[in-house]
Amino acid sequence: MGILEVKNVNKSFGGLKALQNVNLDIEEGKIHAIIGPNGAGKSTLLNCFVGKLVPDTGTVMFDGDSLLGIKPYEINQMGVSRVFQTPEIFSELSVWENTLIPCFAKRDGAFTLNALGNVADNKDVAERAEQMLVDVDLIDKRDMLASSMSRGDKRRLEMAMCLSQNPKLLLLDEPTAGMARADTESTIELLKTIQEKLKITMAIIEHDMGVVFSLAQKISVLAQGTVIVEDLPENIKGHPKVKEAYLGEAQV
Amino acid sequence: MKSISNADMRTLMFVAIITILAPFIMNPFPTESALAQFNAGYPDLMQRFIIFGILAIGFNILFGLTGYLSFGHAAFLGVGSYAAVWMFKLLGYGILPGLVLSVIVAGIFSLLIGFISLRRSGIYFSILTLAFAQMSFALAYSVLTPLTNGETGLQVYADDPQFLQSATAPNVPHLFGMKMNDTFSLNMGPWDFQFNFGYYICAIFMLIAFYLSIRIFRSPFGMMLRAVKTNQTRLNYTGINTRPYTLAAFVISGMYAGLAGGLMASMDPLAGAERMQWTASGEIVLMTILGGTGTLLGPVMGAGFIKYFENIFSKINETVLHGWFAWMPDGLENAIVWVLHLFTGKGWHLTLGILFMAIVIFLPGGLMEGSNRIANWWKRRKGGDNASDATATPAE
Amino acid sequence: MIYKGFDGTMDAILLQILNGLDKGSAYALIALGLTLIFGTLGVVNFAHGALFMVGAFCAVTLQKVLTLSKISIDPTKTDFLGNPLKVKTPYVVEWFGEGTGNAIIDWNVPLAILVAIPIMLLVGYIMERGLIKHFYKRPHADQILVTFGLAIVIQELVKANYGANPIPTPAPDQFVGSYNVGALIGLDASYPYWRLIYFFFSISIIGAVFAFLRFTTFGMVVRAGMVDRETVGLLGINIDRRFTIMFGIAAAVAGLAGVMYTPINSPNYHMGMDFLVLSFVVVVVGGMGSLPGAVLAGFLLGILESFASMNEVKGFFEAIYLPSIDQIIIYLVAIIVLLTRPRGLMGKAGVMED
Repeated sequence: MGILEVKNVNKSFGGLKALQNVNLDIEEGKIHAIIGPNGAGKSTLLNCFVGKLVPDTGTVMFDGDSLLGIKPYEINQMGVSRVFQTPEIFSELSVWENTLIPCFAKRDGAFTLNALGNVADNKDVAERAEQMLVDVDLIDKRDMLASSMSRGDKRRLEMAMCLSQNPKLLLLDEPTAGMARADTESTIELLKTIQEKLKITMAIIEHDMGVVFSLAQKISVLAQGTVIVEDLPENIKGHPKVKEAYLGEAQV
Repeated sequence: MKSISNADMRTLMFVAIITILAPFIMNPFPTESALAQFNAGYPDLMQRFIIFGILAIGFNILFGLTGYLSFGHAAFLGVGSYAAVWMFKLLGYGILPGLVLSVIVAGIFSLLIGFISLRRSGIYFSILTLAFAQMSFALAYSVLTPLTNGETGLQVYADDPQFLQSATAPNVPHLFGMKMNDTFSLNMGPWDFQFNFGYYICAIFMLIAFYLSIRIFRSPFGMMLRAVKTNQTRLNYTGINTRPYTLAAFVISGMYAGLAGGLMASMDPLAGAERMQWTASGEIVLMTILGGTGTLLGPVMGAGFIKYFENIFSKINETVLHGWFAWMPDGLENAIVWVLHLFTGKGWHLTLGILFMAIVIFLPGGLMEGSNRIANWWKRRKGGDNASDATATPAE
Repeated sequence: MIYKGFDGTMDAILLQILNGLDKGSAYALIALGLTLIFGTLGVVNFAHGALFMVGAFCAVTLQKVLTLSKISIDPTKTDFLGNPLKVKTPYVVEWFGEGTGNAIIDWNVPLAILVAIPIMLLVGYIMERGLIKHFYKRPHADQILVTFGLAIVIQELVKANYGANPIPTPAPDQFVGSYNVGALIGLDASYPYWRLIYFFFSISIIGAVFAFLRFTTFGMVVRAGMVDRETVGLLGINIDRRFTIMFGIAAAVAGLAGVMYTPINSPNYHMGMDFLVLSFVVVVVGGMGSLPGAVLAGFLLGILESFASMNEVKGFFEAIYLPSIDQIIIYLVAIIVLLTRPRGLMGKAGVMED
């Protein structure tokens, strides 16, 4: 029994079949990578997990509940957080406020009209936010404007925002895309630490095979909208079907 | 566990002192002097400063925090006025029932409009609110004549029931018997200072409104609203349902507008449809951006600025201009007067339009940003060598 | 007798449809321009109504220029005070002779089209290059505010120059009077000639714009740019210049709509604002970014408004204490459409969705 179960999911846009009979099982506490050539349907699949897209047919179950037709904010409240390819943060707010918001959302739910209380009076939230910033090593930048940070810092901030909610499942959409080598490495380290410390289930979409093989405990290969192989990393390397799917794109 | 920080307290105190002393501050020129026309210390105008201040403070809660640009706020102002006048007609001239009802009715009305308009954001939202404002105007002007008395405007007649109006109560809007139009004149040499009861009632409401807006700005709710402005996608994926937040902000700012409308009717017990026209909504927007969108003090300053110059500019007609430039050669005098008269007197709206464009183009942060810039420049000039220090610690 | 009553109803219905056409045409033309600008430049032009008004005042100005008169004294006649009578002779009459001169004055409105096209293209060009261009990267709120400010400025300048009262600008004499359109299909509904002309004029402008977008390379690029501006830009096509031209065309369309509208309603300085708000509603109902939607919704709402002003309909609503329902019918319909079809009648997914 996985924490996220995807069964027979189909999704087409007009005549284009983006996903065909996708089955996927993400086990609790594992890092599960979803790889595949460009246009394989990875992002479409991810969008079906978070409520941005609704599959035409099939089911997506999270922790025993169906995710179909549930709005993104409700899915997040159920315990799914998402890291985007380009960091989605509140760029006009300070780093500190960026971290506070998810903590408030975790504590107060999707909507609370707390219009007369002072932000600074919420000590529990502040403690949590501070801890998160310490964890991702951004505590000395807490008063900076989020938009003025480097891309790597923005990614770390986004990660902290997601983790502060203590999610059951963390979805990462190419977390190292466009990063310098050093940043990539520190991100891998960060993810590993999180995994070891917090035992959060993660699903990663990734292009960089180095990242995939240094992190993933299980890998699904998506090609032309279907899962062609799902196996342990060591079995994926050199798998003939995978080679075929990637032929002409990159050597595995 | 303070509910308001020291800096905010200072801002509040600053506004409070200015408001209380306004009858002096606004009246710097002796009554008989030529400059007396630049005085603003008479009750009618000072009441307008305050009432439009409330309006702008409320508008800023929506536009300043969430970035949702509403072109329909004048509608709530109008609804508030109608509600208050109806209370005068039905119950009597005590202002409290009118004010309460105007806030409630404006709240319900903005809930309705907000519920539909907030299904969309950005440009769409602005257009929708604009359409609603125009519809409200048409409703008030012709469709709902039984409720609004059409183009004549709603007013209190002698045969209105006024159930709670006692025989001894004044026949004008009052609070516990104290008349809104009661004015106490203080003659000090050549100066004549006027203290109006209605003005101080408005001022109390404005200070409460301002205090509440500070609280909202510093609250978790306010932070969420600012997050809405920055990145709605992230909010959705952070477990926040943005719609109730924006709707709450819309209703709150609608209630502020309703209060302003109620006060307006309390100062002068009539309500007309023209108060709801979308040009009026545009004026509210201008006050807010002129002062500084999203700042606490800006909208109040913007409202005062616009209402002051509207009053001054409208008074300057061609005769006045000719008087000013009479010392010039005739040809030059006529030329200058011809150019200036386009912008003054009835041409005030042209000045308003140009001001509107100029602010958006050159000073998007409004007067607050402008004064900050000047302050920084001054600091640097005075500080000389300390210039680097001044830039290293940006002003809050 | 029953048949006769039915016949009368049909007449009335036809008449209302016809009455709705001219306002609908104006809505459609303004909404078309708004959509073009929004689709290509991503800017909502709050000054578009002002462009409609500027067009109308091109006709007014031309009328003033054509009727500029030389004042001469006719010694043979005296006015009622016994002074020699002053005779005003328009210069045009003096130059071209009695017949031609008066004909030119009479045909002022159609002639104004020729004047308005270059003026409006120029106005559009200056507006886009001088102002709007600098606002592409600014937030939508700023774009709305600056065009709103511009609309006020244009409106007030016109007011300062031409006064606040409507200025009658009649159609050529030939087109005064009505034509029994109903007779064509066996009914009875006479309709003023000029409104008929306005309708066909609008149809041809709309047709021309659509043909231009459909069949020329220029139009193809613009349409591609409406879908995906960045990609088209990457192809090495100077999309900016084309968009400037598009803005000019949209301005010209609004201006022409204004010129031709002058005989229907005497122009005043706030006609632009009045039409703008309703045109926005039209755009929203039609579906943001959809050109056919804008045209369709324009005519639909125009006709609907005219039906709502029928005495029978008005009477019905008056009975339930809602007099002058025609004043708000468009808004009511817009609300219903938005609640049931949030994207508008023909709106595409992805346009202003966020």
